[in-house]
Amino acid sequence: MKRRLVVIGAGMASGRALEHLLAADPGGWDVTLFNAEPRGNYNRIMLSPVLSGEKSYAEIVTHDDAWYAAQGITCRFGEAITAIDRAARTVTCANGTVAYDKLLIATGSAPFIIPVPGHKLPGVVSYRDLDDTNAMIEASAKPGGKAVVIGGGLLGLEAAAGLAARGMEVTVIHLMGHLMERQLDPAAGYLLQKDLEKRGLRIHCKGATKAILGTNRVEAVLLEDGTVYAADLVCMAVGIRPETRLANSAALEVGRGITVNDQLCTSDPDILALGECVEHDGQLFGLVAPLYDQAKVVAATLAGTHAAFRPVQTATKLKVTGVDLFSAGDFAEAEGREDIVFRDPARGIYKRLVIEGARLIGAVMYGDTADGAWFFGLIKEAADITAMRDTLIFGPAYQGGAQTDPLAAVAALPPEAEICGCNGICKGTITAAIGAGASSLADIRATTKASASCGTCTGLVEQLLAVTLGDDFKLPTAQPVCRCTDLTHEDVRRLIKSQALKSMPAVMQELGWKTSCGCHVCRPALNYYLLADWPLDYTDDAQSRFVNERNHANIQKDGTYSVVPRMWGGMTNPRELRAIADAADKYAIPAVKVTGGQRIDLLGVKKEHLPHIWADLNAAGLVSGHAYSKGLRTVKTCVGTDFCRFGTQDSTGLGIKLEQRLWGSWTPHKVKLAVSGCPRNCAESTCKDVGIICVDSGFEVGVGGAAGMDLKHTEPLAKVATEAEAIDLTVAFVQLYREHAKYLDRPYKWLAKVGLPWVQQQVMDPAIRAGLIERFDLSQTVYQRDPWADRATPAAQAAFAPLADLTREAAE
Amino acid sequence: MTQSWLDIGALEDIPRRGARVVKTRHGCVALFRTAADQVFAIDDRCPHKGGPLSEGIVHGNAVTCPLHNWVFSLETGLAQGADSGAVATYPAEVRQGRILLDCARLIAGRAA
Repeated sequence: MKRRLVVIGAGMASGRALEHLLAADPGGWDVTLFNAEPRGNYNRIMLSPVLSGEKSYAEIVTHDDAWYAAQGITCRFGEAITAIDRAARTVTCANGTVAYDKLLIATGSAPFIIPVPGHKLPGVVSYRDLDDTNAMIEASAKPGGKAVVIGGGLLGLEAAAGLAARGMEVTVIHLMGHLMERQLDPAAGYLLQKDLEKRGLRIHCKGATKAILGTNRVEAVLLEDGTVYAADLVCMAVGIRPETRLANSAALEVGRGITVNDQLCTSDPDILALGECVEHDGQLFGLVAPLYDQAKVVAATLAGTHAAFRPVQTATKLKVTGVDLFSAGDFAEAEGREDIVFRDPARGIYKRLVIEGARLIGAVMYGDTADGAWFFGLIKEAADITAMRDTLIFGPAYQGGAQTDPLAAVAALPPEAEICGCNGICKGTITAAIGAGASSLADIRATTKASASCGTCTGLVEQLLAVTLGDDFKLPTAQPVCRCTDLTHEDVRRLIKSQALKSMPAVMQELGWKTSCGCHVCRPALNYYLLADWPLDYTDDAQSRFVNERNHANIQKDGTYSVVPRMWGGMTNPRELRAIADAADKYAIPAVKVTGGQRIDLLGVKKEHLPHIWADLNAAGLVSGHAYSKGLRTVKTCVGTDFCRFGTQDSTGLGIKLEQRLWGSWTPHKVKLAVSGCPRNCAESTCKDVGIICVDSGFEVGVGGAAGMDLKHTEPLAKVATEAEAIDLTVAFVQLYREHAKYLDRPYKWLAKVGLPWVQQQVMDPAIRAGLIERFDLSQTVYQRDPWADRATPAAQAAFAPLADLTREAAE
Repeated sequence: MTQSWLDIGALEDIPRRGARVVKTRHGCVALFRTAADQVFAIDDRCPHKGGPLSEGIVHGNAVTCPLHNWVFSLETGLAQGADSGAVATYPAEVRQGRILLDCARLIAGRAA
């Protein structure tokens, strides 16, 4: 004898419950499925892509007529139940009554409508089902239509993005101070707002709706602060409340939702409920994961087996194409909780982990959410993260070291785990490429594009090669900075930023340096990273600099120094040349040489003479040429249009402007520039760190050339029309290099690691470029100072002299 | 040999993790001040290629020669790691903020 099951509501939760029930007991139930909507179950989560036009309704149907027929389910779609008679065990609709042995209530939720004046005007919709979605699609068909979305939560933003994708001019009004305040903290909310504004959405936070205006249909929305936004469509997406009216009328126990126990039974043991309409242990449910868990329990309870519903943590992802956002767990600030924050403003990345004791309890990520699933796992498992705390924020890829075997971690990743975020390449694609014969990093890059963009996944790809090929692949070992630490340069740079480490002791303390004050390898690197990342907070440490940068001159094999005054763009004049000649005479300079960088080198200067010769040269207007620095060296130029019959632009003038903008800046390694006035390239621009070739129509900016131990032609960064753009591009490139390169990597080496396309994308994006230039200029306010002038003082002169002279002390 | 302490200057005249030189008839002596304010005196001439050790980066109780990165212990004058060699060391100490150097071997004229 089949038992009779009546289900009220054909949504995602009840659909999943029916699947479980009928799979376990195919002939045991006579199921009648009522649905107020005139259709069966579809994937409501995918309404956003339907609204934006990326999917059709047919694509999101989960159970079609054929499925219901095959399961022998009696479908009563478009029929709303009006009453439950618990004593008689029947339900009533307009067409009569149906008896049940067991009843499952899955009425879901109803949108919350703010009862402001005008909320019933035609053109005001909510965003819950296909009918709402279709109404919005219809409204968006009118060209130039304006929409106002009230509510900047998950649902409201998906509606807004969908309407914008359909060509409407969209304004989002949000009551709170930042978007999605339940899922995001203010910082991530800010990034989200910026991103959405870039896509053309107008966002109005702290906006309270006072009234919806219009005579026959909606015309505008009025806010409490007096702002009025014109609107052809108003979408209310301020929240949902459990749909409990039927349960209330049937005198079932109802709190905020229909009260259920662990078995999903209501206060009437023959009536079960699940989904957004229920309240379990004081909690309501809006996301799909716990609903699916409930579906399993409902099926078990109906089948007479024991199961208990235990709500699990849920994670949120916003389904707006191109917006990458993830949040999970609890991220409110509270006593005993600590944050680890990583920000990369240039790339719009923000990650925040909330830690309580030894456990990760919350995660908010914006811009790069590749590790979201992994963090979510740690939260759910309440894993002890003490051992990996230092590098936790960098995700599973950085959990190497002694505690865990990185290869095992890579081996354990599922095939669909994303390895290369830039190109969206998952593990399965890479292992397939290895199976098809790829045996090196270069092969993988060529066949799959993985690790071919920003390169940060290179380590992961190499580990995959090692795991898949075994002994056939030699894993390059990550090189620590030096013996004071096991961390690599890349690790240290990231940690300095993410942990906001602003002093040498802070770095050594927080990153567990094994020595008391570092060594000659790590200290200059740390000093550079700190001054580059925190120009206003960190004070340059002369004792952590190599002798040349400490003494602002190049030490020679005999302990004497060379002095090179700057000659802007290689230009000089008789006055400067006389001052140099006089200084050479006065200090008995043994050798005077013209350098490859178009200036003059005075070789063989004694250390104690340095501040004096500098003072003399300063008096003639000459400043340090930084010929000794990991910084801007020279800008070599040809004479350009001023004199040359082939010149197309004022190459000398541009060279001088570049040198005046960039001088004094510290960089990971030395930086040499050149500007040639025509493609004959007399200034040899094509082998410089940045080389500009002037042509009739503008300026070709090349980067990453080399003419030292390696010989390398520059790669074309971009061609621009104006001198100002050429300067902007150069400054942005130098700053990007300053922020990201490993200490002592020349630009061409760094470029090989990150790839030209990524660099182009960064410096060509107007917002990112402006940010880079702004940060460069900020740093220059601190570091663009002539070190010679600073040391032409009696105190500095004394410091460069011997502390004592015992040659005249009499022997006893 | 008897000791002959000479007041060379104030501790503050040498930067922490830095050095200054003292000229003597036998060449320069480098006076180092460590991060922990200890003072050491050694010959300012690397036995490898004559590099001025006073210009090296000071780390712990060691200095790295600026020319080719040989590392010397300031306490013993011995080259560290794979390199072998040594520089002479001289007694030096700090008293009431003043640096005292034992100049017995530095002032005395060497027998020709």
